Amino acid sequence: MKKEHFQENCYVSGHTACAGCGQSMAVRIVMNTAGKDTIASNATGCLEVFSSKAPESAFGVPWIHSLFENSAAVASGVETALVHQGKKEGINVIAQAGDGGTADIGLQALSGMLERGHDVLFVCYDNEAYMNTGIQRSGSTPFSASTTTSPSGKHSTGNPRPKKPMVEICAAHHIPYSATSSIANPKDIEIKVKKALKIKGPKYLQIHVPCPLGWRSDPSQSIDVAKKAVETGLYPIVEYEYGKLTKSRKISSPKPVSEYLKLQGRFRHLLKDAKALAEVQQVADKNIEYYGLK
Amino acid sequence: MAQAAKLCRPGVIAAYPITPQTHIVENLSQFIADGELDAKSVNVESEHSAASCVLGSQAAGVRSFTCSSSQGLILMSEVLFCIAGMRLPVMLVCANRALSAPINIWNDQQDSIAVRDAGWIQLYAENNQEAVDLIIASHKIAEDPKVMLPAMVCVDGFILTHGMEVVDIPEQKDVDEFLPPYNPPYKLDPKNPMSFGLLGTPDVYLETRYAIQKTLGDVLKMIPTVGKEYQDKFGRDSLRLIEEYKTDDAETILIAMGSVCGTIKDVVDSQRKQGKKVGLLKIVSYRPFPKQAIKKALDSAKNIGVIDKDISLGSDGALYSEVKSVISSDKKISGFIAGLGGRDIKAKTVEEIINLSEKEENSCRFIDLNKNILWEEFKTI
Ligand SMILES: Cc1ncc(C[n+]2csc(CCOP(=O)(O)OP(=O)(O)O)c2C)c(N)n1
Ligand code: SF4
Ligand SMILES: [Mg+2]
Repeated sequence: MKKEHFQENCYVSGHTACAGCGQSMAVRIVMNTAGKDTIASNATGCLEVFSSKAPESAFGVPWIHSLFENSAAVASGVETALVHQGKKEGINVIAQAGDGGTADIGLQALSGMLERGHDVLFVCYDNEAYMNTGIQRSGSTPFSASTTTSPSGKHSTGNPRPKKPMVEICAAHHIPYSATSSIANPKDIEIKVKKALKIKGPKYLQIHVPCPLGWRSDPSQSIDVAKKAVETGLYPIVEYEYGKLTKSRKISSPKPVSEYLKLQGRFRHLLKDAKALAEVQQVADKNIEYYGLK
Repeated sequence: MAQAAKLCRPGVIAAYPITPQTHIVENLSQFIADGELDAKSVNVESEHSAASCVLGSQAAGVRSFTCSSSQGLILMSEVLFCIAGMRLPVMLVCANRALSAPINIWNDQQDSIAVRDAGWIQLYAENNQEAVDLIIASHKIAEDPKVMLPAMVCVDGFILTHGMEVVDIPEQKDVDEFLPPYNPPYKLDPKNPMSFGLLGTPDVYLETRYAIQKTLGDVLKMIPTVGKEYQDKFGRDSLRLIEEYKTDDAETILIAMGSVCGTIKDVVDSQRKQGKKVGLLKIVSYRPFPKQAIKKALDSAKNIGVIDKDISLGSDGALYSEVKSVISSDKKISGFIAGLGGRDIKAKTVEEIINLSEKEENSCRFIDLNKNILWEEFKTI
């Protein structure tokens, strides 16, 4: 990461995230890009736990956490209070959650927030499982990933279902902006956060963030792992505006999915299983076609 | 009730429709639509989000109001604990209603009793005038910088929420004098960044609970003081810990909360005419629970009958258990479960309860059971 991502002190080190935690890197970029005039809400999850052990807090901006599923609803209340006080102008409200707090238990509150049109940016840190409780499958866990509740085994090749398409679910609310990004490209996160915060209304940004503990990947390679996800087509980087796909990051010569999978223990079982591997390749091929990645 | 809430000038209102609470939030929406109330109403998608939304808005420094009932309150329950734990003086009106299953829209008090441990101040209104007074008066206590705890005013569903009564609605100017603008000692503000809702390890969690317990102890002392202040201004002593109705020399005292107290007072009056020494002890403040005041009020009593519109299934009525823990062992005390799911508590029912209270002790006696519809093996009870 570049020096500028450390300058604002809206999110500082000293927290207890694991080494190589992609989520922690992404939060730093989001918060320091948003700047001091920001109020952040947070769902329960790894981020909340590693950043806010009383009496300490890694957040240099006002920050509020209460529960797992209500980050969007709390942010709705904060934003409404600012509007009522005539103070919303110039203050960003950012709701944060993990993929579980977004795609599963928090989906209803998120949908309500989007539908009601609150001027809030919702950021989902997508590490593709419930990490805080020990790597259980979420609706955002990718096809065939082995987690503690979708383990691979004699009768299983891991998670039987594809990822819930959250970016499209949010876009389907016809909100001004719904996008994905990845810690593979910190600059992209910065650009998208800036872009989103300039827009009035509800915005959704989902950032792919490796979790070395849950993915069983090398903590020193988190950025590379994330890059491979993008380069294989397994993590499409896209932007939707008012419900329409307006941009997708092109990958002219997609890498075979095995290059991504082999870096992670959660996919290790696929490498010896040609059929299962081919099925994951199909997911990438479909993404490339569906989102126009070529 | 909507009028009373409006007089307190909430800046953010978030609620979700549920019978019999719905018209409170409808009326508030109309006040806003008509420009009579300068507030923002958030049409949330659930009670969980209603409570979460007012948690957020109150933390951002704005007086916030919500209301609910029954399933709605229970859906909120997770958030209710947070609101108290985060020391946010949110105001909630609970239109008391039974809990499913079976689904039942009528009155009892199981919903608010089920969340009694959340750390909220809980006050029960006997009539609509008291509801109005308690809503206004409790704000003052909840928002006191030494308190900073949420308050729930409980009103019996339908009996009060849909009852027609003449009530005195205070003047806005007087309420403004009584209740200053909300100015919390801490809030979400980029000029002074603070973190709310941190992870409380075993090193600190116990102390957070001790602090709430201590504060609720202080609230016990504040209720009579603020109640007096309210009375001086508005002429009514609705905010109090308990009401002692003809208990001075009473040998048999019934104890209850909410609208049933009106019926009990009528029965006490008619029995007094026949020379029976009966009285009523009405609990207004259930949380904090006024142990000393209750103990003192029951001084003369030989027989005590506690009416619960709730039950801790597998144990006894909630109020009964708590009163029993306070009184001396030479008194006879019986618990009665009545009025669940909207079963009418008539004068005749109250008379029966008085009679039974004077007989042998019984911790959990169901009143007005229709044995004909019970399962065969239960019919012998
Ligand atoms: C209502 C509720 N259910 C379950 C939990 C337990 N819980 C806490 S965090 C968590 C998983 C978080 O997963 P995610 O949102 O993906 O965030 P991550 O920890 O992976 O960053 C779970 C299941 C909870 N806190 N509250
Ligand atoms: S478990 Fe994963 S998400 Fe949680 S702190 Fe460690 S690396 Fe980050
Ligand atoms: Mg996760």
